[in-house]
Amino acid sequence: MKKILLVDDEPNIIMALEYSLRKNNYDIYIARDGEEAIDLAEKLKPDLVVLDIMMPKVDGYEVLEFLKSHDTLKDTTQTIIISAKHKQSDVQKGLNLGAKEYIKKPFSMKKILSTVNELLTPKN
Amino acid sequence: MSKTALIALIFVYLGILFLIALFAEKNKGSKLVSHPIVYALSLAVYCSAWTYYGSVGMAAKSGVEFLTIYLGPIIAAPLWIVLLKKIIQLSKVYNISSIADFISLRYGNSRSLGALVTLVCAASIIPYISLQLKAISETFEIVSTSTLGIEGSSVMTDSTFYIALILAIFASFFGTLALDASKNRTGVMFSVAFESVLKLTFFLIVGVYVTYYVFDGTTDIYQKASLGLDLNQLSTINGLSGGINWYFSIVLSFLAIFLLPRQFQTSVVEFTNRKQLKTSIWLFPFYLFLFNVFVIFIAWGGLLVLGEQANADYFTLLIPLHFGDHWLAILVFLGGLSAVISMVVVSTVALSTMLSNNLIIPYGFIKNLTRSKSFKNEKTIKNIRRLCVFSSIILAYLLYALFDPKVSLFSIGLISFLIIVQLAPSFFIGMFWNRGSALGSKVGIILGLILIIFTYLLPFITEYVTGYHQFVDEGFLGIESLKPYALFGIDLLNPVNHALYWSLLVNTGAYLILSVIKKGNYRERNYGEMFVNSEKVVELKENAYVWKGEAYVKDIQNILVRFLGQAKADKALRVFRKRYAVNSEEKLADARFINFSERLLTGAVGSASAKILISNVAKEKPVSLVEVLKILEENKETISVNKSLEEQSQKLIKLTSELKSANEELRIQDQLKDDFLDTVAHELKTPITSIKASSEVLSDGNDMPEELQHKFLNNIIQDTERLTILINDILDLEKMASGRDELNLQLQSLNGCIEDAINGISSIAERKSIEVGFHSSSSIMIEFDYSKMLQVFTNLFSNSLKFVPEDNGKIEVFLEANSEEVIFKLKDNGKGIPEEDLHLIFKKFYQSKNQTFKKLQGSGFGLAICKQIVEMHRGVIYANPNVETGAELIVNLPKCRP
Repeated sequence: MKKILLVDDEPNIIMALEYSLRKNNYDIYIARDGEEAIDLAEKLKPDLVVLDIMMPKVDGYEVLEFLKSHDTLKDTTQTIIISAKHKQSDVQKGLNLGAKEYIKKPFSMKKILSTVNELLTPKN
Repeated sequence: MSKTALIALIFVYLGILFLIALFAEKNKGSKLVSHPIVYALSLAVYCSAWTYYGSVGMAAKSGVEFLTIYLGPIIAAPLWIVLLKKIIQLSKVYNISSIADFISLRYGNSRSLGALVTLVCAASIIPYISLQLKAISETFEIVSTSTLGIEGSSVMTDSTFYIALILAIFASFFGTLALDASKNRTGVMFSVAFESVLKLTFFLIVGVYVTYYVFDGTTDIYQKASLGLDLNQLSTINGLSGGINWYFSIVLSFLAIFLLPRQFQTSVVEFTNRKQLKTSIWLFPFYLFLFNVFVIFIAWGGLLVLGEQANADYFTLLIPLHFGDHWLAILVFLGGLSAVISMVVVSTVALSTMLSNNLIIPYGFIKNLTRSKSFKNEKTIKNIRRLCVFSSIILAYLLYALFDPKVSLFSIGLISFLIIVQLAPSFFIGMFWNRGSALGSKVGIILGLILIIFTYLLPFITEYVTGYHQFVDEGFLGIESLKPYALFGIDLLNPVNHALYWSLLVNTGAYLILSVIKKGNYRERNYGEMFVNSEKVVELKENAYVWKGEAYVKDIQNILVRFLGQAKADKALRVFRKRYAVNSEEKLADARFINFSERLLTGAVGSASAKILISNVAKEKPVSLVEVLKILEENKETISVNKSLEEQSQKLIKLTSELKSANEELRIQDQLKDDFLDTVAHELKTPITSIKASSEVLSDGNDMPEELQHKFLNNIIQDTERLTILINDILDLEKMASGRDELNLQLQSLNGCIEDAINGISSIAERKSIEVGFHSSSSIMIEFDYSKMLQVFTNLFSNSLKFVPEDNGKIEVFLEANSEEVIFKLKDNGKGIPEEDLHLIFKKFYQSKNQTFKKLQGSGFGLAICKQIVEMHRGVIYANPNVETGAELIVNLPKCRP
């Protein structure tokens, strides 16, 4: 089972995401801020990180930078950003840092699921 | 003292003066030499031997009348601020070096007028120098007791001749060092100032000697004098005629202080800075006052000790000699010598400049000069001046030889004054009346002189020299109304004032009438305008003079080189080209260049010669008066337009910078607003995202356990509430900001409100183990809006909760009051407020980057709302910038509502 790490400081959003993804047979882990995210990512080596940007302590961009500079994680772990930051410059920044997708809040759950599925389904 | 010894003493004294002058020339820039007091003291060249000896003689004969000669200058001194300032301004702009230059330039560079003024000055100065020589010679005879040494009456053996010769050498050497006569003669002026100190000191010494040594103070003299002398005649103004005579005498000396060439030289030509005027205004009158303190006592003392037969002019020498105090007599003699030397030197320097620049060069030498090389010219001009100094002193000596020894110093001095005062109408009126013409000036001066000759000089000569009394007693050709001392029956005045009255009346009348009847030519009118509007001339510079015609720069340049030397001419040309941004390729000279060059030459050879030199190489076309006035008007306008443009651009610069800062402020506001909108959008999106996600999950999840369904529904409700709060905050703030919200004021306890706020957050605080303390000594009752202040306190607490560390967080509240206000203070041990944010935290849209955990109630408006509410209560809220740890927020509320 593919491992997904959900990173967001909004418990209600996490709850909805966790429920939907679990129902689609993913192994779900949760981090409430950037610091926790980095710890868990290193420990669990998830296949995918669903990452919020605006979080206390360490923000999403920093987490992304960490993932992309990590010896093993940079190849094994993909990232999707989900953020309320809506400006084009924010999107570009996220993608430049190596995120596969930038999904703006409020997102549609279907879009999240299809993106996750696409990224985590092995390609022939 | 023997004559030989006295002569030796004079030589030593002159040697010292030479050295002082040399010292000053070498230390031109030094503080001592350029001190304003030196200028003020040099003005005291006014006090010549005439004053030094003559005042006492006058006081002995006719009482206090001698004072008039000093009252005029004392009255004039305050007027210097206006009048002398204008004269100096004009003289500096036009390189004017003498009063003859001044007057001739005013009337359009009139060569003949300059010559006439020069002759008037010579006629005034030369007899005056004779008078000085007479004083020297007589005092020399008095002081020298032995008949050993030089004896005899021929010129070669007369000691006065040698003294005159030495004076001539001194004056010609130092007075003509610089070619440009408008430049300063530091050496001469410094030695003059030195002599002024000496003569005053010696005079005061002899005054004290007579008053306190010979007599027992002023009261003693007065008592003895009132017994032995006719004091009534000696100490009062005698009735109406006396009063009128006083008036005219004061007018005479008032005008003379401006017009005497030596005064023009010291006060105008040698002027260098404003401080000098300021100092002189008080120092010069004070000097004159000191000079007169003892005059009357010396006069009375002399009359009492020596009797009326003694020569009262020399009481200052005779009294010490009478008591055997030769040393004092010699000191007094040296003081008199100082007065003579300074007067003679300055007068002849001034006169030689006039003679060379206004008479000799323009009427004879100009052709020679234009043909010669520059260094030769400079030499020639200097030699002419030296010759002038020399010959005027020698001429004065010859005139001295003619004097009747019985004629008193005072009456000869007055002739000098009378003659020089004839320049007054042309000089003074010309400065303020643009119509005054050269013709009026010339005719006025000549008529004035004729009247002086008829009413003073002629009777003076017939009476004192030839002993012929019929002329005075019966009038000219025996006609009663032509009596020289009582013309047309006016016999109220003494001869001097009578002459002054008639000469000035006729002089001024002729000047005014002729100027009105016959307009001067355009040149006169142009200079008239420039002199009258001297302040504008300073601004207009070369533009002030209207000139039309054709001239080549090359030709004029040649003249400049010839008279100023190559280096100076080149420098001047560079200055001119730079000032007006004129191309060096320009071949034709314009009016500005003509005017500029004329001014440079005026300094070197005088205004009349300068005009001739320029007109030799320039084809000048006459300009009509209308044209002159029009062009001048245009120039004035251009300047005023330029000025207003300058002002406008200054205003624009100011406005621009104001706009810039306003713009900057707007930019910051805009940035904050952007940030705010971002934050608001983010804050709105977060609950919406949650609601949307939860709803999607719910609508999808048929197989969802009921318990979970419930949880999602609860989340939706929670987030909806959060949205509501957010929107209400925005609306609240907007409402308060626009002033539509009103306070519900009630007198109640502020402590209660604070406690309620603390209760409201206590559950959160407890959960995070944050300690909240409230310290208040008494219950404070004021009028306030309960719910709004509750909001303030709640916001402040919630804010602190966001920043203090969990587990050991601490929030303390202090409430106190003084007679005027209530002070609420909240202290916490959180992260504190970054210094750069101190002034920003109460602005809308501000959110700190320092929050420890996110979004407790974070709309970003908390503190902005607090500020609005506190300000509605007319209070203030601020963060204390001087705290070491944590944050300290303070709310001050007034006790009474204004």
